Amino acid sequence: MRSVLDIKDLTVTEIDELIAVAEDIMAKPEKYATACRGRKLATLFFEPSTRTRLSFEAAMYELGGAVLSVSDAGTSSAAKGESVADTARVVSCYADIIAMRHPKEGAPRVAALNATVPVINAGDGGHNHPTQTLADLLTIHREKGRLSDLTVGFCGDLKFGRTVHSLINALSRYTGIRVVLISPEELRLPGYVKKDVLDRGHIPYTETRDLLSVMPELDILYMTRVQKERFFNEEDYLRLKDSYILTPDKLATAKSDLCVMHPLPRVNEIAVAIDSDPRACYFKQVLNGKYMRMALILKLLGVTV
Amino acid sequence: MNIDAIKNGIVIDHITAGRGMRLYRLLGLDQLTCSVAIITNAFSRKTGHKDIIKIDAAIDLDLDLIGYVDPDVTVNIIRDGELIEKKRIALPEKLVNVVRCRNPRCITSTEQELPQIFCLTDRAARVYRCLYCESRAKEE
Repeated sequence: MRSVLDIKDLTVTEIDELIAVAEDIMAKPEKYATACRGRKLATLFFEPSTRTRLSFEAAMYELGGAVLSVSDAGTSSAAKGESVADTARVVSCYADIIAMRHPKEGAPRVAALNATVPVINAGDGGHNHPTQTLADLLTIHREKGRLSDLTVGFCGDLKFGRTVHSLINALSRYTGIRVVLISPEELRLPGYVKKDVLDRGHIPYTETRDLLSVMPELDILYMTRVQKERFFNEEDYLRLKDSYILTPDKLATAKSDLCVMHPLPRVNEIAVAIDSDPRACYFKQVLNGKYMRMALILKLLGVTV
Repeated sequence: MNIDAIKNGIVIDHITAGRGMRLYRLLGLDQLTCSVAIITNAFSRKTGHKDIIKIDAAIDLDLDLIGYVDPDVTVNIIRDGELIEKKRIALPEKLVNVVRCRNPRCITSTEQELPQIFCLTDRAARVYRCLYCESRAKEE
């Protein structure tokens, strides 16, 4: 049973194939409108999330499938103390595929070890969020026409930002990638990501606290939110949450074809005035995410169109 | 110094000097009712000094745990006073219920009946990571 819990579960060839399928769905949606007729997706969300759950559900509906949804752990059997393993076994009896979000890291792995249907990790705490990374990769591919030979800046919370770790991991497998890490001291990229991914992949990288000084070099600027739920201490959160705010004046020295990305939701780290700038790609990411989820559901269900 | 030779039992040899007591504790040898000898700082031609543990009974040992604590040891099985098997221990690919994940965000922190599984991800650096959350195992 094939599950996708981490972007590393997919080879570069498979990612390229998913991108090709997603672009085909975008071009010819009617071709896929009944591809998953008679199939059911269960969305098990044990942590609040609007966009990811809606994205999975929209993806399944657009493939002609049905959706079974658990959106609030407080109303589910987990509140009665059922284990993730048992939940996965039970839901496998009802659904053909599971998308799971859980606040605890590794919960989707436990589900995949016990389910009899494919499990997609829809985010597990600060750990992995592979379908966000697939959305990011499709966005970069569509905006730049390639996933290689790019200077990619990551800005904000690089310590707890799982989307950052996943995207760095995914991009490290392509050639000519250069990474610029922009963050306050306390939220720097963890050492193990630098060692295991950047150093091992021979990816050149620089670290800075100054976004403006590196702006002219960037092809991609990936902004992140300083997430309150990742902190144990509210004082630290309040001190760091406004560290890096992108405003139109900061884009003055940026390339004309810079691609500004953000996994959303944003709080205030990208000024609303930037939304109308053609370089703002974060709402395109949302749409791209749905198409990549459609491509992934098709792949894991073994449906070819 | 003389320790009596054992007739039926196990000799854990070539333990890195200083790790003998830790191995003794982790293997639960203090729970045994048979004789157990720990020799520390014994002479070793290979490494200068080593620790040795002699167990005067044929018991099942957790070889994965031994490999994790000290992959250079050898485990000698003695029967009727004869060496019948010499096991070389290597770093195990997987550790099950040997170390606990200390990441408070890991699913194992709330679902405590889950087996604690760590996988070897970097043999050269002896790095083990939690199967679930990928946190690095810390020496206990």
